[in-house]
Amino acid sequence: MSEALLTTVARGDRLELAAAGAWTVDCASDLETLVDAAVAQAKSVKSVAINMANVERLDTFGAWLLERLVRDFSTDGRGIDVVGLPPRYNDLVHEAQQSNRKQPEAPSEDIVDTAAMLLRRAGRMFLRDITLTVQLFGQLVMAILRIARNPRTFRFTSMVHHLDRVGWRAVPIVLLITFLIGCIIAQQSLFHFRKFGADVYVVDMVGILVLREIGVLIVAVMIAGRSGSSYTAELGSMKMREEIDALQTMGLDPVEVLILPRILALVIALPALSFLGSMAALYGGGMVCWLYGGMSPEIFLSRLQEAISLDHFEVGISKAPFMALIIGIIASVEGLAVKGSAESLGLQTTASVVKSIFLVIVLDGIFAMFFAAIGK
Amino acid sequence: MAAPAQAPNQPIIRVKDVEVVLNDRKILNKLTLDVKRGEVLGFVGGSGQGKTVLMRTIIGLLPKVSGIIEVFGVDLDKASEQERHAVERRWGVLFQQGALFSSLTCIQNVQFPMREYLNLSPRLMDEIAIAKLEMVGLKADVRDKYPAELSGGMIKRVALARALALDPEIVFLDEPTSGLDPIGAGDFDELIRTLQQTLGLTVYMVTHDLDSLHAICDRIAVLSDGKVIVEGNMDVMLACDHPWVKEYFRGKRSRAAGMAHHRANDLVAS
Repeated sequence: MSEALLTTVARGDRLELAAAGAWTVDCASDLETLVDAAVAQAKSVKSVAINMANVERLDTFGAWLLERLVRDFSTDGRGIDVVGLPPRYNDLVHEAQQSNRKQPEAPSEDIVDTAAMLLRRAGRMFLRDITLTVQLFGQLVMAILRIARNPRTFRFTSMVHHLDRVGWRAVPIVLLITFLIGCIIAQQSLFHFRKFGADVYVVDMVGILVLREIGVLIVAVMIAGRSGSSYTAELGSMKMREEIDALQTMGLDPVEVLILPRILALVIALPALSFLGSMAALYGGGMVCWLYGGMSPEIFLSRLQEAISLDHFEVGISKAPFMALIIGIIASVEGLAVKGSAESLGLQTTASVVKSIFLVIVLDGIFAMFFAAIGK
Repeated sequence: MAAPAQAPNQPIIRVKDVEVVLNDRKILNKLTLDVKRGEVLGFVGGSGQGKTVLMRTIIGLLPKVSGIIEVFGVDLDKASEQERHAVERRWGVLFQQGALFSSLTCIQNVQFPMREYLNLSPRLMDEIAIAKLEMVGLKADVRDKYPAELSGGMIKRVALARALALDPEIVFLDEPTSGLDPIGAGDFDELIRTLQQTLGLTVYMVTHDLDSLHAICDRIAVLSDGKVIVEGNMDVMLACDHPWVKEYFRGKRSRAAGMAHHRANDLVAS
């Protein structure tokens, strides 16, 4: 059947084409092959005629393919005659003649160019992130200063609400996970230290590691995933529904109304959760030492007292508010960067979690160097 | 795709004694309506009367309790899945909010039905999609934009291009001009008229817009209390004595729309 759609007859240096049947969407694929074949065949001929009289039906697909045929033939100034087109299709063919006139710029194929473009884009995004983060930090400081001058404008209720959500309700899962981490650290250290007969140093290992690093780090990573993502999603959907614009037009500062209470809640909650988490991890370590290592709780506790000092605890807990600040700022920046679509909300939420976890770890590294330098 | 043989003067859509119940409320009560091939039918009625419900029932998004719906002479209840798909390929739907896929660019949105149903070369798909976008009055450079970057009027145009992607015979338009400013709405009416004539479409249009009814509808059907109470052209509407129809077509706003339309016609005539 597809053979009948377009037949070609060569007469000397003139090519005669006869179209027939239904030039419609259902045959578009066959038709395209035929049209391309006819164009290839007509490379050497001087003129072309196409007879459309036997076409039964024509739609946009057929009309466009006819137009493509005409354009491909007439590129190098050869003549083409379209004859016998049923008048009822004149509008449609005219419409097809208007379309695809402007060639879109082809995307650059050069690998170097593309790589350079990607690098440039990544650089721009990085700069944009830094600018927005610093800007939001500045806005936060301004909001705090305004509130210090006029404390009654502070959204205390909102902050307590968020404190409940990111602090109080996170307690069970934080306790559970840090407990398990404490268990694992103790078990692994026991297993390896025993080879050297240094069982008792397990307590040093667990105590120092948990209080200085792991307690706060694990809790911060969990909060970045749990609360940072929800901040981004909340602010993002408010941005999508123009709620943030509405606030602004009513003369309210979104940073003061929405972001400050959220970030303050995080800054209060994270140290508290880190403390609880560290205790749970020590408890887990002690349990494993007792049940798996045969070290009685009394010995564990007295050894712990010798091994750790208040310094270790201070080093750990002093990092928590800064990590909370980083998580909160990144979550808010990403939330405000959401555009109209559902997809962009998902993208920004992912970006928020990934970036805040990354920065929490970087910050932890910087603090480690700092405390080493001041000898704590 | 073998189109079922159908006499030319047969209605392209036949709705007979259709009843639809939503939340225990009877929305459509023994509704009967025919749509002829090649006409523009305007479907009007008060808010909440079920204009959109009938459209959604015809295209199979809402279940009906009883009655027959035939499109292209195929009874959609008795049709096999294949026959249904064949029918669905021959209609296009423009939803009220456009319903563009937000994760796809404009050109991908228009190509989506082609990709699903046809086996075309990427080059042909690009060319056809751009031709469709240009047909609905957009420039080719919107191709790589996402729906979130477009204005309301442009979204409607892209959605119309997508509805026309497979060269359907029927297009269903759900309030095509709502949310557009009067100039934009007028342009859109004109566009629908041009496309209808160029492509030989049958247009089923749910609308509130009196200007659209004056400007492009061949026939108007009025829905009230779950039934079509009157159908015909504008003269029939103006002659009708039903209180709602009277209020709608002969109220203040409608007189303004009618007068504007007549003035425009006079200008064209002179």
